Amino acid sequence: MTEEVVITDQDDLIINVGPQHPSTHGVLHLVITLNGETVKKVEPHLGYIHRSIEKMCESLTYRQFIYTTSRMDYLSSHINNHCCAMCVEKGLQVEVPPRAQVIRVLMDELTRLASHQLWWGALAMDVGALTPFFLAFREREMINDIMEETCGTRLTMNYMVPGGVMADIHPNFQRRVHEFLAHFKRKIDEYDELITDNIIFQNRTKGIGFISKEDAISYGMSGPSARGSGVQCDIRKLYPYEVYDKLQFKEIIESGGDCFARYMVRMKEMKQSMSIVEQLIDNIPEGDFQAKTKNVLKLPKGEFYSRVETARGELGVYIISEGGTTPYRIKFRSPGYSNLSALDHMTRGQKIGDMVAIMGTLDLVIPDIDR
Amino acid sequence: MWSLQNIADKVHDWLYLTFNPTLAMLFEFVIIGALAIGLFAMLGLILIYMERKVSAWMQLRLGPNRVGPKGIFQTMADTLKLIVKEGMTPDGADKLLFHIAPFLVMIVAMVVLAPLMFAKGFQIWDINIGVFFITAVSSISVIGVLMAGWASNNKYSLLGAMRSGAQIVSYELSAGLSILAVIVLTGSLKLSDIIASQENGWWIFKGHLPVWIAFVIFIIAVTAETNRAPFDLAEAESELTAGFHTEYSGMKFALFFLAEYVNIFVVCALGATLFLGGWMPLHFGTNTQFNKVMDYIPSVVWFFGKTFFLIFVIMWFRWTFPRLRIDQLLHLEWKYLLPISMINLLLATLIAIMNWHF
Repeated sequence: MTEEVVITDQDDLIINVGPQHPSTHGVLHLVITLNGETVKKVEPHLGYIHRSIEKMCESLTYRQFIYTTSRMDYLSSHINNHCCAMCVEKGLQVEVPPRAQVIRVLMDELTRLASHQLWWGALAMDVGALTPFFLAFREREMINDIMEETCGTRLTMNYMVPGGVMADIHPNFQRRVHEFLAHFKRKIDEYDELITDNIIFQNRTKGIGFISKEDAISYGMSGPSARGSGVQCDIRKLYPYEVYDKLQFKEIIESGGDCFARYMVRMKEMKQSMSIVEQLIDNIPEGDFQAKTKNVLKLPKGEFYSRVETARGELGVYIISEGGTTPYRIKFRSPGYSNLSALDHMTRGQKIGDMVAIMGTLDLVIPDIDR
Repeated sequence: MWSLQNIADKVHDWLYLTFNPTLAMLFEFVIIGALAIGLFAMLGLILIYMERKVSAWMQLRLGPNRVGPKGIFQTMADTLKLIVKEGMTPDGADKLLFHIAPFLVMIVAMVVLAPLMFAKGFQIWDINIGVFFITAVSSISVIGVLMAGWASNNKYSLLGAMRSGAQIVSYELSAGLSILAVIVLTGSLKLSDIIASQENGWWIFKGHLPVWIAFVIFIIAVTAETNRAPFDLAEAESELTAGFHTEYSGMKFALFFLAEYVNIFVVCALGATLFLGGWMPLHFGTNTQFNKVMDYIPSVVWFFGKTFFLIFVIMWFRWTFPRLRIDQLLHLEWKYLLPISMINLLLATLIAIMNWHF
């Protein structure tokens, strides 16, 4: 990639956005160079919430380390746990019972819905409309209640364990999911009326923060942010795991490459997730919810990798094992980090207000970037 | 019948009978000043409470509900907190300008209350250029905002202040032109004359298309002029944290906050006066029975009812729309609102000359 080198002259205004700033959604620090209202350069500074999760995992057993990953991308904690559990299962060569597989996919999709709802509210808040945030939380609360019943927690789930899930679903689970689906099907049209069809919102997002398909690939973007530029990167389709290959769904791709395309991808993904949940909720097979595993897990010597599609993109877990009870080294490939790296490319030449909208459509979760 | 005009006249007569004219005038000044400050404080309390309740209602929340019945004393508690809070002055701030700015903004907001007609015959100063006075004086507040932004020695504040300057200067044009449409039809800048001209129907009803267009443009322009969402770029929270008042705390911040709400009241009162007939009751042609019932409602209720209706509309905007970008904001003004209101003014003039209005 060749990019023009920005020479900071004396007329430029350099502003520190963050670590405490309403639109960075966490402790992200951006040093932006401005020419009036126009952004010339954005330089993200990371590390404000670095907890060295990867290093910590080296001294935790294969059952324990999964719990730290709930704290990475806390909005898709189920999916993070899922990826780690899958990686350990690969090493142990354990077959997950069908019931556990379906429960896992159900939980993943509900998490994706909850995460996208929060993103929708936060994006609307970034572009200046405060009310949608509360509407989004009304629906998200229902999912949180469902999670609370089955997993016992509302944010950091720790529900997926090597070999299946920690406990069976709550007896109310199916009824409440049906209630939620019936409710949200009506409300998502309200979302469209309020924000998607709003002329101000369309002006704020159409043609803003453009990134081409080639650039998106070279920056390593993934998830809805990349699919907005027409990149095929849905892990659920490309490398199906659990029961995704038996489900009826299409990869959602928009070719716009701008903020509005990324917005539409996520809006359609919400509808898609609902349809996936609908396909599975009445067809949960009977059986065990957990495969029999030893009390102390030992992975054979070797390297194991698993990847899943989180709400933000591709999450990879890479474990190097020396044959002991703890991993020798763990590396997480987090989607937010690569997506953030494209921020500078997208933002150059845009206004400050656009930068906020672009960050909103990238759906950054800072603990996921820093780990 | 009970009316504010009678009370004002009685006080006036009593003062001039009891004291010599100079002293009586002095007493009147004091009373008016106290009333203006009282109104200012009351408006701050009521409008902030109203904003919080309206936003809560739109956002599935309850709003303030702890201090006093239904939380009506919440604003007072907040004000008390702001009064006892330390007023911080940042290093490197231009101390003089930094301290003057909130007071300038507040004084402007208070001065423009003068020509408003709150009820039948109840007005502080029936100046013959009333509307012009309001538009002229209210534009001084941008100087206060610029002073605050510049003196804070903060880049966010500076950006906010510059935005505010560009915004208020441009939107004043279409606000002024839309006001002119009514002035042309009325033929007077005096607020009492404008209200009197609407005795047989408000301008919004008898002014045809030009007044409707002028009304819509007026509402958009004053929303921008008072820095309210969706035009709140000066304090765009998600971009500039708090814009021009980022560095203000305690009572100085509260003064900006109060001035904002009083400005909203003033522009809505002006809108109610120009387009909705001020304190004039709603009359339907020759339906005398209906008109009589309407006349029983005191004029002050009519005035405040219309004003608060417009304030509600402006609050409704704020809690519904996303914010515009600065260039889109200026495009909207210079490419759409200004040409439309210019043509609209010509139309209004034509109607006034040909006497086509009712």
